[in-house]
Amino acid sequence: MTHPIPPGTRDILPDEMRELRRLSLALIDAFERFGYGEVATPTIEYEAVLARGDERGAPVAYRFFDESGELLAMRSDMTIPIARLVANRFAAEEPPFRLCYLARAYRAVRPQRGQMREFTHAGVELVGAPAPAGTVEVIEVLAAALDAAGLGRAVIGLGDSELYKQLLDEVGVEPGARARVLDELATHDHVGLEAELERAELSAAEREVLVRLPMLRGGPEVLDEARELGGEATERATRRLAATFDGLREKGIADRVRLDLGLLRDLGYYTGAILEVYDPALGHVLGGGGRYDELMGRFGRPLPAVGFALYLERLHVAQAKEGVA
Amino acid sequence: MRGVGGVAAATRRESGDGPLKLALPRGTLFAGTLELLDRVGVETRELRGDSRALVFDVRGLQLITMRPSDVPTYVEAGAADLGITGKDVLVEQRDRAVYELLDLRYGGCRMVLAGRAGDESLGESERRLGMMRIATKYPRTAERYFERTGRQAEVIDVKGSVELAPLVGLADGIIDLVDTGRTLAENQLEVREEIATYSARLIANRVSHKLRAPELDELVERIRRSTR
Repeated sequence: MTHPIPPGTRDILPDEMRELRRLSLALIDAFERFGYGEVATPTIEYEAVLARGDERGAPVAYRFFDESGELLAMRSDMTIPIARLVANRFAAEEPPFRLCYLARAYRAVRPQRGQMREFTHAGVELVGAPAPAGTVEVIEVLAAALDAAGLGRAVIGLGDSELYKQLLDEVGVEPGARARVLDELATHDHVGLEAELERAELSAAEREVLVRLPMLRGGPEVLDEARELGGEATERATRRLAATFDGLREKGIADRVRLDLGLLRDLGYYTGAILEVYDPALGHVLGGGGRYDELMGRFGRPLPAVGFALYLERLHVAQAKEGVA
Repeated sequence: MRGVGGVAAATRRESGDGPLKLALPRGTLFAGTLELLDRVGVETRELRGDSRALVFDVRGLQLITMRPSDVPTYVEAGAADLGITGKDVLVEQRDRAVYELLDLRYGGCRMVLAGRAGDESLGESERRLGMMRIATKYPRTAERYFERTGRQAEVIDVKGSVELAPLVGLADGIIDLVDTGRTLAENQLEVREEIATYSARLIANRVSHKLRAPELDELVERIRRSTR
C-alpha cells in the first residue's frame, strides 16, 4: 500500500539532500560574501497582500481559509514577501537593503521534469539601488553564485522589459492589439507575432523592426544592430543596456552575459533590465530576475529594486550533467 | 524530478555541444518535411529508406523522428534543439515553453466540428439536453472552442479513429483535423463548423535559441528562404 502526495511535490532522500544542502550552503556563502543577509518569511501570507504586488504574476497554486475565515495563499516567489518585509520592518532605515533567501515557493504549473508545484528558490534582492549600478551589482552576485555552484559555463541573458511597451506606444498601436503583440512576444510565438503585426495596421518598416528586434541576441554588437533598426524606444533601451554592459565590463564579468533584445519574462512587476540564466547542459532555464522599480511603491515605500532567483533543483540537475562533484 | 542520477542518465544532452538536434514528425507531415529538408540541402536518403532507426546522423545535424505530438515534449526539455510539428499540436499543448519560429506553409489542414450527414442530433442534444457530446483527440482545443463560443459540451477524449464515435452513438459529433475531407465523407460525416486552419511550424528550445544562436539562426534562415 502506498500513500499519495499531492501532484508536483516530492520527497527528498539523504543522497540527494546531502548534495542539495552542499549546493545551498555554497550559494548562501556567495550571497553573504557580497553583504546580502539571509532572511525568511512565512510560507503562507494573506492573499490580498501577495496580490498587491503582482496582478499578473506567477500563478498561485494553493489558497485556503484559516479558522477565522481569512483568505491565505502560499507564496509563488520570494520577491513580493521581501518587498512586504522591507516596507514593514525597515520603514525607518536608510536604503540600500541587501537581502538573500533560500526558500520553498509554490506555483500552479503542470508538474513535469524541471517544473514542480513546490520548488526551492535561492536568490537575492537589492532594494534602494537604481540602474545601472544596482543591476550590475546583482549580476556580479549572480555570476559568483553560478561559479560557487561549479557552473562555469552558465550564461546570463540580459534584456530590457520596457523596450516593446515603449516601442508599441511610439508607433501608436491601439490597446487591444498592443496587449496581443506583447503576449506573442512574451510567449515567443513569432508566427503569431507577425500575424498580429499585420493585423495592427503598422507600416512595413515598423513591422520589420518589431519582427527583427526580438531575434537580436549576442555580444555588444547587437546593440549597434538594434540601433540601426531605429526608433526612439530602441535608442533608449539600447542606451540602458549599454550602460549596464559597461558596468559589467568594468567588473570583468561582461563575458558571462549575453545581451538579448528578445528576452521577456511573464511576471507583471518587471521594469527595465530583465535576466535569465542558462546552462548548455540543461534545456530548461535555471532562473531569472530583473528590476522592479515600481513594486516597492505598491507597499508604500517607493524604492528602486532589482533581484534574481535560481531554481535550486535545476541547478542541481545542471551540476549532475556538467559533472560537478 | 525523481532520483537525479536516473534523470541525468535518461536525458543526457551531451552538454549542449555537438550537432544541432532536429525533431521530425512521422506521419502525415513526414513527406512535406522530407521535401523541405531536400530544399534546404539536408541529406534525407537514409530517412526515406525503410530503416526502423529513430535517430539519423547527417552532415552537421542529428535528425530524430517521432510522433508529431511528442515533438514539443522533446524540444521543451532540450532533448532536441529544434523541431517540426503541426500547429494543431502546439495549440493543444499551448503551455509548453518553446519558441515558435516559422510557419513552414505545408501540411495545411482545418480543425472542424463535424456531425452525421443529414442528422440533427448535434443541434437536438444542445437544445434538449443542454450540451453536445463531442469525441476528439484534441480535448483542450475542443474545450476552449466551446468556452469561447459560449456553449457547453461533454468532451470525450479518444485516441484512435474519432469518426467511429458518432457512428455508434458514443458522441453526437467530433472535433478533428481534416485534410481532404475524404475520411469524413466515407463515414457519413459532414463539416458543421470550421474552428481554425493549421500548418506545420518550426519550434526551438528556449536555451538552445539563446546559447546556439549563430548556427541556429543560420539554419532557420535557410529554412525560411526555402518556404517563401
